[in-house]
Amino acid sequence: MDLGPHAGFIVGAYIIATAVIAGLVVWVTADYAAQKRALTELERRGITRRSAESRPLQIKEPA
Amino acid sequence: MALIDLANPTRFAAFVERVLPWLIAATVTAFALGLWGTYLAPDDYQQGATVKIMFIHVPNAWLSMFVWGVMSAAALGTLVWRHPLADVAAKCAAPIGAAFTFLALVTGSLWGRPMWGTYWVWDARLTSVLVLFIMYLALIALWRTVDDPTRAGRAAAVLTLVGAINLPIIKFSVDWWNTLHQPASVFRIGGPTIDLSMLMPLAVMAIAFTLLFIALHLAAMRNEILRRRVRTLMLTQAERAA
Repeated sequence: MDLGPHAGFIVGAYIIATAVIAGLVVWVTADYAAQKRALTELERRGITRRSAESRPLQIKEPA
Repeated sequence: MALIDLANPTRFAAFVERVLPWLIAATVTAFALGLWGTYLAPDDYQQGATVKIMFIHVPNAWLSMFVWGVMSAAALGTLVWRHPLADVAAKCAAPIGAAFTFLALVTGSLWGRPMWGTYWVWDARLTSVLVLFIMYLALIALWRTVDDPTRAGRAAAVLTLVGAINLPIIKFSVDWWNTLHQPASVFRIGGPTIDLSMLMPLAVMAIAFTLLFIALHLAAMRNEILRRRVRTLMLTQAERAA
């Protein structure tokens, strides 16, 4: 594929877009792993939701 | 599951777990089709191959405004209906919207340099999008400044609704003022002015980026629900220790 005299600008735009999207995906994935790890650690120490013991569902997440 | 059940954070998180793999598959498929279409799309008679930047610039520009629209709807949910997931939705959309706006600005600059002869010009369209990007950053900063999510949510909702004034300014800036940026060529009275051979891959790329936003947004909302659960448990632990 011949991108012509401005190939650097075209390739640069696609590389930056790919990098930013990859960054978003990594951020969301790493954050999920971190929150799951924190929850597991709290549960291991015996700290669970009081609501979970009495009521399986909660209408609003406590702030 | 009734739609109203999704107002429950626990059920919403379970819903996200179920739909996320399908959303990821749809996003990857849409990107594969869109990039293939981009590869096959002909060069523009004036711009040559540089027009290929359009296939990433335009979807990001659309999403930069669409995400703020989503946040504005969520802001109403926070202030008017006090929906339990509204501020979660708004908070999680902000970084994703900022990333799309950043990409719209950067890819626009990289497109502008060979076509206009400059990376940047302070015309109405570019400046109003830069203002949008700064407002995204301000919202993210606000969320990080206030520790209590409920208080932060209300303040952010007000800022979001005030910032929504910028959306019609961005959209109509090319009509209201004399700008270097071209006027609307897709969503316009009289139909698109882009040839179908370019319009089709552009539409597929727009769908792909929109699916990407939905997938990232839902995943980030699930993470935020977990984060608030962790926060609650840590506060409970601190109360028990006291």
